Amino acid sequence: MNNMRTRRKEMRLVELAKTIRSKNAGPDRITFDIIFQDKEHYELVKKSQVINKQQIAKLFGIDESRITDLVEFDPANAIKFTIARRHPSGSPGESDTFGSQQYPPLYNIKVPIQ
Amino acid sequence: MKSRLKIISPTGHLGFAPMKLESFRIGLKENPDYICADSGSDDIGPKPLGSDTQASPVKWQEHDLEHILLATRQLNIPMIIGSACDTGTNRGVDLYVNIIKKLARKHNLPRFKLACIYSQQSKDVILEKLKNGIEIPGLDGRPPLTEEDVKKTDNIVAVMGVHPIIQALEAGADVIICGRSSDVAIFAAPAIKEGFPKGLAYYLGKVLECASFCAEPYMGKESVLGIITHEDIKVRALHPDARCTVASVSSHAMYERANPFYEYFVGGRLNMTHCKYEQYDYKTTRITGPVFEPAEKYYVKLEGAGKVGERYFGIAGIRDPYTLENLDKVLEWARNEVKAEFGDTGYQLHFHVFGRNGVMEELEPLKYITPHEVGIVVEGVAPTAEMAEMITMTATRQIFYARLPEVKGTAGTCAYLIDEVLKGSPAYMWTIHHIMPVDTPTEPFKINYLEV
Repeated sequence: MNNMRTRRKEMRLVELAKTIRSKNAGPDRITFDIIFQDKEHYELVKKSQVINKQQIAKLFGIDESRITDLVEFDPANAIKFTIARRHPSGSPGESDTFGSQQYPPLYNIKVPIQ
Repeated sequence: MKSRLKIISPTGHLGFAPMKLESFRIGLKENPDYICADSGSDDIGPKPLGSDTQASPVKWQEHDLEHILLATRQLNIPMIIGSACDTGTNRGVDLYVNIIKKLARKHNLPRFKLACIYSQQSKDVILEKLKNGIEIPGLDGRPPLTEEDVKKTDNIVAVMGVHPIIQALEAGADVIICGRSSDVAIFAAPAIKEGFPKGLAYYLGKVLECASFCAEPYMGKESVLGIITHEDIKVRALHPDARCTVASVSSHAMYERANPFYEYFVGGRLNMTHCKYEQYDYKTTRITGPVFEPAEKYYVKLEGAGKVGERYFGIAGIRDPYTLENLDKVLEWARNEVKAEFGDTGYQLHFHVFGRNGVMEELEPLKYITPHEVGIVVEGVAPTAEMAEMITMTATRQIFYARLPEVKGTAGTCAYLIDEVLKGSPAYMWTIHHIMPVDTPTEPFKINYLEV
């Protein structure tokens, strides 16, 4: 990462995180986990504050009030947030029963690395 | 009083895929005190509960039950199964009880005591409570339960905590088959019954509930071993190539939960804010510091699902770039043709446009770009199968006849994978996700004992 810092001013979240995933948290919520390999990567992203309610709402095109939780979870080097579903999981018209494919837009979040 | 207790968790969702046996057999050599497994999940969507059917083949459920039953009878230790048959309805409990009886005969097992704990709730009892002015608050922003919600529901289960399970253990049950239960409770119950601190006991349940999901690398259906003492919990991966690390155990605490610091169950919550995780040995992580916080009142979570209607699906593909640029107009045309015949209400019509936003729907940031091809799944839901079929057929056919002024392909605006519509299983919905106040934590649950 240090080498890259000299050449680049920012990195994509997908390059910095070990795990980026989404999953149901009960029938009415989808929760997103961004987990880092080590403290260094975690602290870099945490301090950058790029993962905030405003940014998430903009990314998914939803109202900020639908983001119900946003927490930094130090023991796991993880940042996680949760959004309210439009309809309960598995209802007619719903496309992702397990909520397991909603995370890819997070890949491109730009994180300043200087 | 015991100084420590060992519990094996062989699978995170019994029967969902068959449990793997190598790590299970390694675990049996550790002389466990209990083997516990949960079969439930509300991930599987509302249909299994709404229609009271199982999500997994009975053969896989029998497979897991057979291995756990034979192992626990041989070691003469109790087994506890939670949320029988995916949803924990009475049918699910009875199915598992019959499987256990059949297995006992097949293997000629010595007599044992079986407890079954029923957790299905009658709609009338819930309606009666509402009539008497008892408020049943909603979870996750849902408003309090209404009569209307209950009427839309086909089946309701209450999620039990540790209390009925402890009762069954105290009565000397060797095999306990539970209706819907909190995954945490089936592990915490034996630890609390044996006198271990509640905070540690509930954390033991929290970490063991998904078996090898708390280990790394990613492996499903492998056994893990939990050891509780009066000071700490240790969790060890049993598969030869797996480890429980600080990272894998702590990140499991936030899996499928909006908040990684609290876990709620009947009678209180577990506060994990001050949990400490340490690498105890290569395969084992040690956890200290979880705190049990009792609630002032007992609330029991209710889950309910009900049928929305019959359902059909149609499939159409589009490749023409001009048509794709005007895709919303095409879909509007098809929807209006349905409206002209069936009106605005009394049915549901959904277009899932794969290649554009079929996976993420409203959350898709790229929904405004024009792809080079799309596949459209048309979903029609209506009170009768005939109506659902006609709505789906009308919408699918009218994608073919969409009227666009400059279309060059005048022989049809879509490609049919099949020129028919397919009968789907009926559509269901989670209608109840609420918490019901109760006088005692065992009130909604009924325990039966059998000698097998």
